[in-house]
Amino acid sequence: MLLWLIPLFPLAGFAINGIFGRRFPKALVNAVAVGSVLLSFLWVLKTLAAGAPLNGPITERYFTWIQSGTLSIGVDMTVDRLTAVMLLIVTGIGSLIHIYSIGYMAHEGGYYRFFAYMNLFMFFMLTLVLAANYLLLFVGWEGVGLCSYLLIGFYFDKKFATDAGNKAFIVNRIGDFGFSLAAFLIFRQFGSLDFSVVSGQAAGAPTAMLTAIGLLLLLGACGKSAQIPLYVWLPDAMAGPTPVSALIHAATMVTAGVYMTARSWPIYVHAPQAMETIAIIGTATAFFAATIGLAQNDIKKVFAYSTVSQLGYMFVGVGVGAFSAGIYHLMTHAFFKALLFLGSGAVIHSLSGEQDMRHMGGLRGKIPWTFWTMMCAAVAIAGVPPFAGFWSKDAILLAAHAHAPWMYWAGTVTAGLTAFYVFRAMFLTFFGSYRGNHHPHESPAVMLAPLAVLAALSLAGGWLFKVPEFLSAVFPAQEVPEDAGLMAISTAAGLIGIAVAYLMYVAKPALADSFADGFKGLYWLVYNKYFVDEIYDAAVVAPVVDGSRAVLWKGVDAGLIDGSVNGIGARCRNLGSVLRLWQSGNIRSYATWVLVGAVVMIVAIGMAGGAR
Amino acid sequence: MDVILFLIFATIAVVAAVNVVVQSHPISSAISLIGVMGSLAVLYLLLGAEFIAAAQVIVYAGAVMVLFLFVIMLLNAGTETRQSKSETAHLLGVPALLVFALLLAYFIRSQPDSGVHFGGFTGGSAQAVGRALFTTYLLPFEVTSVLILIAIVGAIVLARKEI
Amino acid sequence: MSQVPLSWFLVLSALLFALGVAGFLFRRNIITVFMSIELMLNAVNLSFIAFAYQHKDVSGHLFVFFVMVVAAAEAAVGLAIILTVFKNRATLNIDDISSMKD
Repeated sequence: MLLWLIPLFPLAGFAINGIFGRRFPKALVNAVAVGSVLLSFLWVLKTLAAGAPLNGPITERYFTWIQSGTLSIGVDMTVDRLTAVMLLIVTGIGSLIHIYSIGYMAHEGGYYRFFAYMNLFMFFMLTLVLAANYLLLFVGWEGVGLCSYLLIGFYFDKKFATDAGNKAFIVNRIGDFGFSLAAFLIFRQFGSLDFSVVSGQAAGAPTAMLTAIGLLLLLGACGKSAQIPLYVWLPDAMAGPTPVSALIHAATMVTAGVYMTARSWPIYVHAPQAMETIAIIGTATAFFAATIGLAQNDIKKVFAYSTVSQLGYMFVGVGVGAFSAGIYHLMTHAFFKALLFLGSGAVIHSLSGEQDMRHMGGLRGKIPWTFWTMMCAAVAIAGVPPFAGFWSKDAILLAAHAHAPWMYWAGTVTAGLTAFYVFRAMFLTFFGSYRGNHHPHESPAVMLAPLAVLAALSLAGGWLFKVPEFLSAVFPAQEVPEDAGLMAISTAAGLIGIAVAYLMYVAKPALADSFADGFKGLYWLVYNKYFVDEIYDAAVVAPVVDGSRAVLWKGVDAGLIDGSVNGIGARCRNLGSVLRLWQSGNIRSYATWVLVGAVVMIVAIGMAGGAR
Repeated sequence: MDVILFLIFATIAVVAAVNVVVQSHPISSAISLIGVMGSLAVLYLLLGAEFIAAAQVIVYAGAVMVLFLFVIMLLNAGTETRQSKSETAHLLGVPALLVFALLLAYFIRSQPDSGVHFGGFTGGSAQAVGRALFTTYLLPFEVTSVLILIAIVGAIVLARKEI
Repeated sequence: MSQVPLSWFLVLSALLFALGVAGFLFRRNIITVFMSIELMLNAVNLSFIAFAYQHKDVSGHLFVFFVMVVAAAEAAVGLAIILTVFKNRATLNIDDISSMKD
């Protein structure tokens, strides 16, 4: 089956572009980069076609990587239906975004470096998805974190970009720490890190251990998938180029946490407290991030908080046991969020870099293609039937209601908020009159074509790809009653959100400002993202940095270590200056000391019994 | 008879040695040292070391001490002036010397005491020394000849006039 | 009583050696110091000969032979060094020929 070729093509692309890209003409860089991802996509199709109908996992074992005592970890790749869904998303949307980047990055410096990093990211992400054990998954996990750092800080001469890259990496690391601990516990409990072994033996393991593993894996997922409390890096990650935001921070990398959680379903199914925690965190994050998104003025920040919120939905789905619903939403979210980001990228590109929505407006006449494709994404994310978002979101909400009704109601309110802020962004950007001073122009075809494809998927992808049925062979069955009433209520929430946004930003624009003035305190709190970054800074970052500086640097390093090393030198010097006095140059004192030494020797020999 | 001889020449040796150490003019010290060596030669004869006694007089007293005298006269060394003192030498040296002497006395007392009389040892003749020198001790003999060569060359190099 | 106890020879040797050490430590003239060294060597020679008598072994005599040779060589070279030192320092005072600081 040669599964290893799937990640290999982008890796080769990275190597070629990384080493030789500087001297290649742009066309060649494009060909290598886009071609490698397309080849990967084609190979995925071939693999899935060959392995259909994929009722069980297909595993390929390549070689033993670590062999130490009882620990044996191999480089193994596996494909089952869940992997198939992820592979198609990653390679398919990855290809579209690579094609889009040709147009978006055309005038940027470091062209070949960008595509090299993007290909490297694809390699790691595919490794993560194809991995058959937790360690290989972790390799991909860390690798995508690295590429995220490299790509967020792509404009490395801008301090806010490099700071954002650092923040992303460091916050991720906290999550990775949790993941590592979980891997240790998994080995402790099951003796192996293979998914097959874990799923086979999970039923017999003690619940406390499984809960611990589950919570630690959740910590890792919170870091990678930007849930409370580790979501703070994602809004800052918008400092990277927009294709990066679309690919990494919407469609693929941030979904790795959801994928990993879904993949660990045998553990979670037997650790109900851990699953409950996942659901609660997911609900809280979804609502919290949605509220922040209401007041943002940077178009990319709105969609960043939207991503955090939608990831919360996916975690709710996984947390209430509707694993396939969570993955379903992962897929539809990939379609419309990638489209929203790429579209906003097209808007920014047409306005030569303007990102503040207060300086946009009335663009629907000037960049119609962008407008209509983004509108497709907007109705999808708002949950308007029969488009993609409606199906997946309702699957999650119905399952949530069956589990705990308050989650359903929180999710529905969030759905209303989602619709509101997305359409607020749409109305501010495309309706009204133009409030800026640039000359908007439509984007080139190479950027518009992927938008069109994604728009089609956003509209039709819901009923075209029936993911829950497809994945029912992988996950345990769950009975969720179809309730038309609940579906109607959640859809109504979305439509109300759209209507309110229309009222406040198109019909009566003054209403928005008076609303903000009326709730000044609340608005100020939400606009400043509840000061979470500032709180973290004061509570965690500053004490650690100051503590390190005062205690570890000045105290331990300079005082103790340098002190002892220098102290040895100083003591030697002191000893030397004392001993130096013995070498007086006075021959008679030398002779005297010789005599003393001779006396000592005679005494010693005499006491030791003579020289016989 | 042997005892009397021993006592006379031992006394001469000790007195001359004290003189070496005490005299202020180097020439006087050198002459006293020659006296020490002469009396020691007689004591060697008493102990049956005929060859060594002869060598002592010829080499030591006759050559080495003459060399000393030549150098003293060459350098025109006068009497010693009382100037500097070495505290270390005086403070530490006196007790060390006393302790050393006591130690030697202690170890000597514990030696078995055989009597010495003239003619008690006949193996010190020139023939015996020569035989041992050229058979058992041949290697040291050859090495010392090289040593003398080195000493000659060294002395010439060190003491020559710079041109 | 016509035999001299061997220990007397050893006592004499020790006495001469101690006198040699005293001269070495307490005299200021280099040449006198050198002569004290020769005195010490002679004392040791006496010890060797005495022990050779006791053990009736001629090896003691051989050793004295070699000591004498080495002493002669040492005297030659040592006096040459003293000549050189005198040329450089113009003094025969053992305390003044050191050029080390302090």
